[in-house]
Amino acid sequence: MKKLLAMSMTLMMAVGISSNVVASPEADKAAWDNHYKQRFPGVPADDYINGVYAIDKVGRENWEAIEEFPPYEPFIDAGEEMWNTPFANGKGYKDCFPKGPAIAQNYPHWDKEKGMVMTLALALNNCREANGEKPLKYKKGSINNILSYVAYQSRGNKINVVIPKDDPRAMEAYEDGKKFYYTRRGQLNFSCASCHIQNAGNVLRTEVLGPAKGQISHFPVYRSKWGTVGTLHRRFTGCNKQVRAAPFKAQGKEYRNLEYFLSYQSNGLELNGPGARK
Amino acid sequence: MKRKYLVGAAGVLAAVITGAIVAPQAVLAAKGASMVEEGKKIAFDRKKGNCLACHMMGDGASPGNIAPPLLAMKSRYPDKAKLRAQIWDATTANPDSTMPPFGKHNILSASELDKIVEYVWTL
Ligand code: HEC
Ligand code: HEC
Repeated sequence: MKKLLAMSMTLMMAVGISSNVVASPEADKAAWDNHYKQRFPGVPADDYINGVYAIDKVGRENWEAIEEFPPYEPFIDAGEEMWNTPFANGKGYKDCFPKGPAIAQNYPHWDKEKGMVMTLALALNNCREANGEKPLKYKKGSINNILSYVAYQSRGNKINVVIPKDDPRAMEAYEDGKKFYYTRRGQLNFSCASCHIQNAGNVLRTEVLGPAKGQISHFPVYRSKWGTVGTLHRRFTGCNKQVRAAPFKAQGKEYRNLEYFLSYQSNGLELNGPGARK
Repeated sequence: MKRKYLVGAAGVLAAVITGAIVAPQAVLAAKGASMVEEGKKIAFDRKKGNCLACHMMGDGASPGNIAPPLLAMKSRYPDKAKLRAQIWDATTANPDSTMPPFGKHNILSASELDKIVEYVWTL
């Protein structure tokens, strides 16, 4: 009975922070922060960058052991080589990103000129294409090398996603991502929020559901299940599929707007990618 | 050889005859028991009900804790139809429910759902 009561209270709270009213991004973030603070009073704010391991003690011990010999290290090295190797035309990533390689904190951002959310993965491929190189695939493969290198170099920099007020389309993209986050989909009828907000900290069969705040701080992520490093949009795909929903295109508008919304909620936290997960 | 065969046939015949005239309750009870068994299988199957993902139920191993344990169902749901309705579409009773709408979204067929109801009612 006690448990039932606690559950319905949580549900009511979840309703309170659902997406029915258009709120400012600041208010959205405050509501999330508040929700997680009440749900996990013992978790320090800056520990959310550790994802589900911020709240799963047993999982955390295994993870810390894995981090002693990080499985993503070879990918960082391969990415460094990519960064330093010129394209066929003699130019390289360095020319596109003169402030690089520690640039992950600048993404995702609103690109006013293009009228769209620009992500790091997309910007890297734009650089390649502008220099006559083939774009890399967005879920698997060597894009993860260069992303791992940039993530590693950007460690410690703070997430600071901005929704500029001078272009209403930026707010629209944010709202679109938010709507995506709270929309139920798939045969199993889950929204992202069903698992990562409403049920964060609960156990789905044997999986502890991690909080959404801090989830994007450590991508790309080496997953034992994948046996390699994968992108954030690959993870989105997996989370869509597990509720039997058709996934969207990696780096398509839906997932970029989703990334924009989701990343904003981690503002102020430190980047700590690449990560390792089971 | 031939004789044995004859005896065998007679045995079968006898079984058919007695089968036809046993008390209907006994047949129903046997049918009910197998419904419960099948329902339990479907409920535990990860590709079917996967109820254990969220509910503690019966002797199912490593249940999740998203949902209340399924206990004393007969007394809590004297009306079986109500129980079926909850499994058919939990969002009717609670729009914010995370429980998948097993009937409405065709996750389970009507007969699978009926079997699960029989099993859950025994908990
Ligand atoms: C049915 C439950 C469920 C749904 C629905 C779901 N997820 Fe997940 N998600 C998980 C589980 C389980 C994990 C692994 C444990 C964890 O990190 O929370 C996970 C992990 C993730 C991760 C990786 C976290 C990390 O630290 O590596 C991201 C990002 C993510 N989910 C985003 C989403 C988004 C966006 C949606 C909606 C499109 C979504 N999830 C929907 C269950 C779900
Ligand atoms: C992903 C989570 C999830 C799964 C899977 C799930 N349920 Fe539920 N179930 C819930 C939640 C949460 C509740 C609490 C009430 C509500 O939100 O609808 C619930 C409530 C119930 C209730 C009402 C309990 C009561 O105390 O009145 C029954 C009966 C039930 N579920 C049966 C099942 C059966 C049978 C299955 C499998 C075929 C199943 N559930 C699968 C989440 C789930």
